[in-house]
Amino acid sequence: MQNLLEAQSVSKNFGDFKALNNVSIAVEKGSIFGLLGPNGAGKTTLIRIINQITMPDKGQVLLDGEPLQRHHIQNIGYLPEERGLYKNMKVGEQALYLAQLKGLDKAEAKKRLLFWFDRLEIGDWWNKKIQELSKGMAQKIQFVVTVLHQPKLLIFDEPFSGFDPINADIIKNEILRLREEGATVIFSTHRMESVEELCDHIALIHKSNKILDGNLNAIKRQYKSNTFEVGINTENASELQRSLLEKFIVSPAEFKSLNNELKLKVKLSENESANQLLNYLTTRGEVSHFTEVIPSASDIFIQAVKNN
Amino acid sequence: MNHLPLIIKREYLTKVRNKAFIIMTFLSPLIMIALFSLVAYLSQLNNTKQKNITVLDESGLIESIFTDKETVKYTILDAVTLEDAKAIVEEQENYGLLYISDFKSTTTSIREDEKRNVDVEFYSSETPSLSIISALEVKVEKRLKELNLEKKGVDQAILKAATVNININQENFTGEKTSKQDSVVKLIFGGAAGYLLFMFIIIYGNMIMRSVIEEKTSRIIEVIISSVKPIQLMLGKIIGTTLAGITQFGIWIILGSILMIIASLIFDIDFTQVNTPQQELVTQAMQNPNANADAQLFINAFLNMPLANLVIAFILFFVSGYLLYSSLYAAIGAAVDNETDTQQFMLPIIMPLILAVYVGGFTVIEDPHGTVATVFSFIPFTSPVVMLMRIPFGVPIWQQILSLLILIGTFMFTIWMASKIYRVGILMYGKKPTYRELLKWIKY
Repeated sequence: MQNLLEAQSVSKNFGDFKALNNVSIAVEKGSIFGLLGPNGAGKTTLIRIINQITMPDKGQVLLDGEPLQRHHIQNIGYLPEERGLYKNMKVGEQALYLAQLKGLDKAEAKKRLLFWFDRLEIGDWWNKKIQELSKGMAQKIQFVVTVLHQPKLLIFDEPFSGFDPINADIIKNEILRLREEGATVIFSTHRMESVEELCDHIALIHKSNKILDGNLNAIKRQYKSNTFEVGINTENASELQRSLLEKFIVSPAEFKSLNNELKLKVKLSENESANQLLNYLTTRGEVSHFTEVIPSASDIFIQAVKNN
Repeated sequence: MNHLPLIIKREYLTKVRNKAFIIMTFLSPLIMIALFSLVAYLSQLNNTKQKNITVLDESGLIESIFTDKETVKYTILDAVTLEDAKAIVEEQENYGLLYISDFKSTTTSIREDEKRNVDVEFYSSETPSLSIISALEVKVEKRLKELNLEKKGVDQAILKAATVNININQENFTGEKTSKQDSVVKLIFGGAAGYLLFMFIIIYGNMIMRSVIEEKTSRIIEVIISSVKPIQLMLGKIIGTTLAGITQFGIWIILGSILMIIASLIFDIDFTQVNTPQQELVTQAMQNPNANADAQLFINAFLNMPLANLVIAFILFFVSGYLLYSSLYAAIGAAVDNETDTQQFMLPIIMPLILAVYVGGFTVIEDPHGTVATVFSFIPFTSPVVMLMRIPFGVPIWQQILSLLILIGTFMFTIWMASKIYRVGILMYGKKPTYRELLKWIKY
């Protein structure tokens, strides 16, 4: 598959401060790309470079194979983390203005806005002023304005902040649907559960450097430690634990279950297989639980940042 | 893509539709006219109250000059002692008592200071007004001078016949005739133009600054500049706000004149009779109290001015000067998070402006083509105000063009600099920048 966006060896300094150091990312067409990193890592700087708000000192950004130019802003929809609306303007007026700035003509913008307002059930807000709306309501309008001009590339920076779980879910489904319709999404967040749910691909930026990049499942495979969670009903629990300790690295585990079984995490070495462990366990009692421990995005994030 | 018209339209419409703006636009002229009417009414009230002044002239030679006026009524006392006179005045609650001692009529000359043969005193319960005391001094001095002249045998009639009144006709080498009235009209025009620019910069510069801060605090800025260039947004703001300002000024002028006419009809107040201290100064400078009445001279003076030059220069200097300052206001707005933080950056803007108005006000009156006035009409931060004040007096075209070029060059530079500060500043939150940081931003 082709890449919609490529950042090639992008560096940016602010005075003596290095905000980005030789960072490259490639975003596949039609994918959801998670741009992760601790606060102040340089994510926002990279996003601003993609939006041509700041210029890179070194490196270049390609959109659809072309170096970024002014007209590309029409192909990008950007929902910044620091976002707001004019307080003293009416919702409809304001949305129209922002859509026109993105190059839509007024009639077309109005048609699409009415469609979206209807879809998100916010049609009766048209003549309200922003100051009469709650934070979540304003966020919905910002979301609509971001996607209204049907950009090829959507960039969402913390899109779910300020939403209640119901509305967060609505927005999540809208993002997935936009992807179905062919949009490519760059998604920056600290909420790891939404990364798990949405992202195909992630890149982790830490202290201005990219420290991790790849398909989410591939990264998970890379970070898995051949550890299994085991639940077993046995007569002599302490004896079993001792004999397991002789062969494997064992630590206590916690998971929900109906029985009062022995719960353990067992780490296998590289040349041992899950079957070997399972076969051994079946000789010692009734196995009620056996799963491989898959590292969560959150685990990977923390581990990668710590290792660096 | 050019979004400038769209941005200008939004800025203009939101400004003009703003409730506070509408209220200010329609209320300010009302308040101004109401205040002005009140002042006019009160000053008339003050003037029409007749003051009673009692005169005790022991010499009997001076009292004849005290004749009643509209504002002052004199009561001449005879054959009472000073102590009795004081008691009478105090009892009758008169304004005051003027006492003139009996000076020796035998001396050849009457001098108050050296020989102390005339003793003039004014007794009153409160400190008398300055204008009354000076008026009395002039009266008494004049009478004593006459008496002295009479003693020396000079006839009043001869003296009167010898008086000459000169009105110097002024003409420059190209043959244009000017007069004192011309100077007054020029001063008024230059002053009004300079002052108008000053007010305009302060009022609408602040408005631009507030509107930039508003975009920062409402956090919409990043959404906007992902669509438009910061410099476009900045220029759109400046132009939109300026158009709103021109609308407001226009309404003020129209509404103000209508209200002025209505007020003067209803309350029967003649605004031309309201003498401000400045007007009195002008009148004194001209030594001709009847000048106000001579409307034809003023119309001539107005027509004598280089009108075409004046209008063109006014537009060019006004626009350039305003752009210069408003770009700085926009940059300040971008650099800070809230209005209270603007104070430290306001001083460097306000200082040259005030300097310009003062330099214009003092040196141009003194000598419109003197070194100080000329130099300040070239320094870009003061030139719009000072040059506008000088132009009615006739400034060579090359000077005007040179000054304008310097000004345009400077405003291009400040707009470039402001847009640099602007594009960095609008995305900075939470800290108040120092001048050093601003300098760094320009280099980014």
